[in-house]
Amino acid sequence: MSQLPVIFKRELASYFATPLAYVFIVIFLVLSGVFTFYLGGFYERGQADLTPFFSFHTWLYLFLVPAIAMRLWAEERKSGSIELLMTLPITRFEAVTGKFLAAWVFAGIALLLTFPMVVTVNYLGEPDNGVIAAAYLGSWLLAGAFLAIGSCMSALAKNQVIAFILSVAVCFLFIVSGLPMVLDAFAWAPQWLIDAVASLSFLIRFDSISKGVIDLRDLLYFVTLIVAWLAATAVVVDLKKAA
Amino acid sequence: MKMLTGFLAPSSGTASILGHDIQSQTLQAQRQIGYLPEGAPCYGDMTVRGFLEFIAEVRGFRGADKRQRVEAAVAQVELEKVLGQSIETLSKGFKRRVGLAQAILHDPKVLILDEPTDGLDPNQKHQVRQLIQGLAHDKIVIISTHILEEVTAVCTRAVVIAGGKLVADGTPLELESRSKYHQAVTLVSDNPLDDIALAALPGVAGVELNERENSLTVLAQPGQVIFPQINALISQRGWVVTELDVERGRLDEVFRTLTRGEAL
Repeated sequence: MSQLPVIFKRELASYFATPLAYVFIVIFLVLSGVFTFYLGGFYERGQADLTPFFSFHTWLYLFLVPAIAMRLWAEERKSGSIELLMTLPITRFEAVTGKFLAAWVFAGIALLLTFPMVVTVNYLGEPDNGVIAAAYLGSWLLAGAFLAIGSCMSALAKNQVIAFILSVAVCFLFIVSGLPMVLDAFAWAPQWLIDAVASLSFLIRFDSISKGVIDLRDLLYFVTLIVAWLAATAVVVDLKKAA
Repeated sequence: MKMLTGFLAPSSGTASILGHDIQSQTLQAQRQIGYLPEGAPCYGDMTVRGFLEFIAEVRGFRGADKRQRVEAAVAQVELEKVLGQSIETLSKGFKRRVGLAQAILHDPKVLILDEPTDGLDPNQKHQVRQLIQGLAHDKIVIISTHILEEVTAVCTRAVVIAGGKLVADGTPLELESRSKYHQAVTLVSDNPLDDIALAALPGVAGVELNERENSLTVLAQPGQVIFPQINALISQRGWVVTELDVERGRLDEVFRTLTRGEAL
């Protein structure tokens, strides 16, 4: 447990050691701005809230978060440094969690840098800042879930591009499981199955949090999802480290 | 080696490092080990100082203790000049030294080095070997190598493993004495040599003609020293011998025989 901060610190620093961090943050900020103002019709709606901003996060994360996650393990395997990491006196838990937390905090930093949105909307009107805070929390949890999936896929693939595509695909499944087009395909199924599939969806969970409703079940959903995918990552790392 | 360091799990059996079982007490065993993986992989985007400090922290050193450890390791492998450079910009020799510094940083009792001199130029090889010999005074150093001259140069015990099986275990000298060239004498002369007379000497197992003209190698029977007899014959016949060489044994030949599974 004591070495977790060390791993965390190195990983976080390594994001900023390469241009990746800055490129990612700039792209994230530009895209979230574009989506909010053009696609979301931020001004036209005439409402002082950040719904158009947050409603695109799921789709934005679908492509951007796997890009942060893809290097977590694939790079270590490719360069061989995984042999070094795994022979240092640290546990699998420390390595997996340390890496994940670093990526998650990095995503959090990118998210916090969208604060001008909050400033703008507060300048223009009188939004409910509690809802905005809840939505930020939800968005960060969402990023965490995407990252945990991405971390597992990165451990599976030696190649970063494959890791990226795999995690986009899996994340996509988790998003669309709440959309009518998927649920309609289950029309034959009993209601409980439809509910179960729908309850897996990021979209529905995230929507309710971003409306300001922090339901313990939604929080638990994201936390469980993260823990489960990280556990899977640890198993995969153990199984595939030699390959 | 990968099993000893806890990277791979053995398919059967186990081992222990200073009393710590590698499977049930992996962390304790890993604390005792300094390990240089093959090719010395590092985090290329980190600076040498940053990387070594990271390793020191993982090994549980903090503050002044950490700085002192890093400095000591850096001094031992002479990395002072490149401390601020990122590792990916370093030459192969320097990278290997960073890997070595990383392995000796916590003053481990057991040092495991996978191909420590592979791909280095002769100067760098010499440096690394000297370093290993210096470290071996108070540590157990295990190296793997494909360079057999290195075995003679630095090792006190050599083990040959082929196909996952132990095929030989002994001092380099013992291994050499398993060679048919052990105690063999090679002669080079300006005039033709009488190989029949040489072969008739006591203790001689046979005579091999070499490709060079007027050059031959006299093989000794196991356990026999034949140099005095040959020397006597040379002075008796008055041969002009320009080169005379007593062989210790050819390790590469022993190695080839062992790993091909042929009986010696």
